[in-house]
Amino acid sequence: MSLLAEMNQKALNLGLPISVHLDITYRCNERCVHCYLDHDDHGEMTTAEIVDLLEQLADAGVFFISLSGGEVLLRRDFFEIVERARQLLFNVKVKTNGVMIHEKEAARLRQHGVEQIQISVYSHRPEVHDAITKLPGSLQRTIRAIRFLKTKGLKVSIANVLMASNFSDQQGVIELARELGVAYTLDPTITPKMDGDRSTLALRIPSSALKQVFHNQELVGNVEEFCAPPPAPGEDIMEGYPCSAGHTACYISPYGDVFPCVQFPLPSGNVRRQKFLDIWRHSPRLNEVRSIRARDLPTCSTCAHVGTCSRCPGLAYMEGNMRGPSTADCEKSFQRTGIPSANMLRRAGAAYTGPLIQIQALANSSPIALFQGEDSLLTA
Amino acid sequence: MAEKYIARSRAIAARMLGGEMMVMSAADSTFFTLNEVASAIWQAADGRTPLSEIVAGKICQEFDVDREHAQRGAERFVDELSQHGILLVSDQPLLDSAGSPERQ
Repeated sequence: MSLLAEMNQKALNLGLPISVHLDITYRCNERCVHCYLDHDDHGEMTTAEIVDLLEQLADAGVFFISLSGGEVLLRRDFFEIVERARQLLFNVKVKTNGVMIHEKEAARLRQHGVEQIQISVYSHRPEVHDAITKLPGSLQRTIRAIRFLKTKGLKVSIANVLMASNFSDQQGVIELARELGVAYTLDPTITPKMDGDRSTLALRIPSSALKQVFHNQELVGNVEEFCAPPPAPGEDIMEGYPCSAGHTACYISPYGDVFPCVQFPLPSGNVRRQKFLDIWRHSPRLNEVRSIRARDLPTCSTCAHVGTCSRCPGLAYMEGNMRGPSTADCEKSFQRTGIPSANMLRRAGAAYTGPLIQIQALANSSPIALFQGEDSLLTA
Repeated sequence: MAEKYIARSRAIAARMLGGEMMVMSAADSTFFTLNEVASAIWQAADGRTPLSEIVAGKICQEFDVDREHAQRGAERFVDELSQHGILLVSDQPLLDSAGSPERQ
C-alpha cells in the first residue's frame, strides 16, 4: 500500500475528510455540450464566505482541495482564494479550461504553489474541440495556456472527456499531450445534468468504443490483466465501501451546498447555515451514505463484478436508488471483461443464481451470445 | 559544529492527521508522513530556535530518548526533508522564514 493510500485509510478509520472538491462558480465562458451545470449565478458564496470555509476545512483536516467550476478564473477573487488556500497549506489542484490564462496568470499560479492544473481538451482539431465548447478559438487559447503553464514549471494534465463526437480524436489528444509534455487522462463518463435532465446521456460513446478504450494497451497498460474476469469476492469486499464519496471526500457547490461528491447530488447540508464539521459529522444523509456496504446493495452484492466494478453510487442515485446499480458502470464492467453484470442479467430476465454461476456460464459460451437480440440492454 | 537553524518551507502542503503530519513538497510532489517525534521537530522549526535546542528542550523533554540519539535522528530527518525543499536549513537564524503556519 502506498503512503498516500495508507493516509486515506487512516482518514477513513478516523472519519476525517481528506479531500474536498470546491466549485467556486458555475459561471463559464464555454458552453460545453455535455456540461451538467446551470451557468447562471444564483448567489455564489462571497470571498469572505469562501475564506471562512477554507479555514473550516483546514481545521477539519482536509489536505487536498480541488478548485473548480464553471470557469474558476471568472471569479475576480480567484487568486485571493488560491493564495488563502495555500497559506492554509492545502494541496491545491485547479480545474480550468485555460482560456483566460496568460503568462501573468500562469506566473501567479506558480507563485502560489498550486500543485496541479487540470485542463479539458476534447480534440486536437479546433473544429471538433470548439464545436463541443461552443467557443470559437477555444482550443487555440487552451493550448496557449498550457504552454504558459509549462513554461512556468507547473504540472499540467489534460482531461479528455470522451463522447461520440470526439472519440475518434482520442489518439490525436494523446499525441498533443505528449508534444506539450503534459499528462493525459481520459474519462468516458457523461452524467445527467444537475437538474435531472438526462439528455446529455445521448452524447455517450457507443459500447463498441468503450470496449476499444478498455483494450487499448497505451491507456490501460496490461490489457490481459485489466480485462481479466473478476475474482470471486471475499468477505472483505462485501464489507467494503463503494468509493470515497462521503467517507473521506465531499463536494461543495458555489452556493455552499454540501454533497457526498460532485457526481452524487444528494443535498447534505449548507455551510451558510451550519459549520462544515457539523454537516460532515452529523448530516443524516452523509451518515446514510457511509452506512452502505457492498453487501447492502441488493443487485450489485450478487454480481461477479462487485469487487472490481467502478460502480458510482452517485450515478446510481441519479438513476433512482443509491443502493442500486449504475448502468453506466455495468456497461464498463461488461465491455472490459465480456462478462455481463447481475443488473444486465436481471434486466434480460435471465435466470440468475449467483456470481460464480455467471463466470462458469461464460467460460463455456460466448458472452455476446447471451445478448443476441438484446442490444438495447448493452447501452446505459 | 556550527548550529543549524531550520524553518518550514512555504512550498509545501501539510496537515495533521491523527497525530501524524502529512507533508507534500510542491517542488517534486514527494509525500511524507512524520511520526510524533518528527512532527514535534517540524512544529518547532521556526527558523529562530537552533536544532540542538529543539532536541534538548522539546524532544528529550517530551519523549523518552537520550540527547545524543535524538540529535543524530534529528540531523538525519532535517537532511532528508531539506533535500526535498520541505525544510530550509541555515547556520544563521532564518528570520524571513515561514514562521508558524496558522493551521496544520
